[in-house]
Amino acid sequence: MRHILSILVENEAGALSRISGLFSARGYNIESLTVAPTEDVTMSRMTIVTTGSDDVIEQITKQLNKLVDVVKVVDLTEGNHIERELMLVKVRAAGKDRDEMKRLADIFRGRILDVTDKSYTIELTGTGSKLDAFLTAIEPGVILETVRTGASGIGRGERILRV
Amino acid sequence: METITGAEIVVRCLAEEGVEYVFGYPGGAVLNIYDELFKQDKVKHVLVRHEQGAAHAADGYSRSSHRTGVCLVTSGPGVTNAVTGIATAYMDSIPMVVITGQVPTHAIGQDAFQECDTVGITRPCVKHNFLVKDVKDLATTIRKAFYLAATGRPGPVLVDIPKDVTQAKTEYHYPKTVAMRSYNPVTKGHAGQIKKAVQLLLEAKRPMVYAGGGVILNNASAQLTRLVRLLGFPCTTTLMGLGGFPATDPQFTGMPGMHGTYETNMAMQSCDVLLAIGARFDDRVIGNPQHFFRADRKIVHVDIDPSSISKRVKVDVPIVGYVGDVLDEMLRILESSPQRPDAQALKAWWAEIKEWQRRECLKYDKSSDKIKPQAVIEALYAETKGEAFVTSDVGQHQMWAAQYYKFDKPRRWINSGGLGTMGFGLPAAMGVQLANPDATVACVTGEASFQMCLQELSTCKQYHIPVKVVNLNNRYMGMVRQWQEFFYGNRYAESYMDALPDFVKLAEAYGHVGMRIEKPGDVEGALKEAFKLKERLVFLDFITDQTENVFPMVPGGKGLTEMILAEEL
Repeated sequence: MRHILSILVENEAGALSRISGLFSARGYNIESLTVAPTEDVTMSRMTIVTTGSDDVIEQITKQLNKLVDVVKVVDLTEGNHIERELMLVKVRAAGKDRDEMKRLADIFRGRILDVTDKSYTIELTGTGSKLDAFLTAIEPGVILETVRTGASGIGRGERILRV
Repeated sequence: METITGAEIVVRCLAEEGVEYVFGYPGGAVLNIYDELFKQDKVKHVLVRHEQGAAHAADGYSRSSHRTGVCLVTSGPGVTNAVTGIATAYMDSIPMVVITGQVPTHAIGQDAFQECDTVGITRPCVKHNFLVKDVKDLATTIRKAFYLAATGRPGPVLVDIPKDVTQAKTEYHYPKTVAMRSYNPVTKGHAGQIKKAVQLLLEAKRPMVYAGGGVILNNASAQLTRLVRLLGFPCTTTLMGLGGFPATDPQFTGMPGMHGTYETNMAMQSCDVLLAIGARFDDRVIGNPQHFFRADRKIVHVDIDPSSISKRVKVDVPIVGYVGDVLDEMLRILESSPQRPDAQALKAWWAEIKEWQRRECLKYDKSSDKIKPQAVIEALYAETKGEAFVTSDVGQHQMWAAQYYKFDKPRRWINSGGLGTMGFGLPAAMGVQLANPDATVACVTGEASFQMCLQELSTCKQYHIPVKVVNLNNRYMGMVRQWQEFFYGNRYAESYMDALPDFVKLAEAYGHVGMRIEKPGDVEGALKEAFKLKERLVFLDFITDQTENVFPMVPGGKGLTEMILAEEL
């Protein structure tokens, strides 16, 4: 099962390596990991997408909580939540493909950020699966480059993660 | 206000924490700290001969005294040498503070002389570590290190201090307490869960108590002993828990696991309620977890570390908290309740256990004309009246010491259980002796393990540490040889200890007393003579039966009841 873990950590040097080191040392998967400071500059918020059985996820959560730099851990997938990921994709856009690519970007509510006579750079935001869908919708041959941020997530409604 | 250097702050903080001994080895990056140590006499320094020894000695000091062990090493190789000792302490949850020198902050990352990424290298084998970049943070960081090391699930904490930070000056203030929003271990067990657990215990027909190192670390043996006696249940303690419940008590069934007793393993497997206290269902204790699983057995698991619970074995009643507090609460409920376990059922269960005990799984040939290692341990037990502190290295001798020396008190049995570090015994014994200056300390070792840290014989000479080294010399890495005999068709690949030194001369070369014992009839006399030499380190080289094996044995990956017994070979 895929889980999204939201983690508040002390904004200390080495906090990221403690967490990524824990995953590699214990053989847990990391599908994606994002991290940035929060409104409180002494803390960073990390979102880790991981997969594993319930037992494995329970252990991951416990092991994360055990790290001294970790302030709080929440499994967003345990309740209603919003998940977003940003992707920048550079595609070949010349001749007859050019209009088609524009239309496809519109359908997926993408924005064209940069244009040359041969290429478009498209910004796309959504769930991971929506971004995947976009990539499958376009011909593989026209993709020049992709970069994805990995998922960020937040609980819906009153679910709040803070100290 | 007066300002002092970082180096002086380090030493003042140690004094403030009541640190009696620092085990260490100087080097470029810690010279300022050593200079400050030189100028005072509150904190004593013990100069080891290799940094691994420093960590093990601090570890032994801690295990035998319930105080936090402290070691001090320099940057680069000083740290990497200490890593084995730090990892040993980590695996067994031993409170320890490791202070390491680092190259100056401006040189970090420049591949400077004796530079290594200390925080990176030690991260996976410490409870936490710090790199102090500003002298203003130094005192608070050291306070945090001592706090983290000794609370919750204990463990080693490392403080890496660049040389320029030890030179820089600031005002000194040592905080009495520290609060960390990200560190709040749950220490008090959930009252409802404890009630549920007690009810399960009272209704049990075939109960078993399984206690681990947590009982010793949390000083909870008195409560455990009261609980077990009150309930009349059988009790086992793991390798790490030996002494947590008196081994001479009739309710003690021996150690569980790979080299546990037949009766304990049978009882662990076939009980209906298992009370696990401060233990972690280690692979060496329960064997194959699929085989160990039984749907009709209820498990209560008490541990300070939530991640120990349901890690390897699913449990029915998890209780997170200090084991001592949880046991106190269990006793309080039991003592105010008229209800007692079903005496009839308990009698039948004990009869079954006694039947298993009749297998006499620890029996060995006492008529042999070779020295049996088990007999040496039994003689050591008799000579020291069971009162000695016994450290060990790792291998067959460790298992025999654990099986045949009956520890009635906690903190007397000092060994590397989790990491299984050969070379642990002698340096750990130094720490034990310094923590308990009047006690009898024996180091049970083997000729292979001993050679991994024998340089500490020199430290023992310098500080007059009169440890008695009991070397069970079978000219093999015995446990490796045993596995090769059982599972590799007697192909003894590289397990023969060729070109051994003359240990008697070796001991003498370091200024100690050496004795070689070759006949069974001389064992007792030699021990008597050695222990009479109260002021001297005596190395007793017992030439033992080369072919002796440790029984019972649960082969790796097998179930707990699939034991090989001595009589079956």
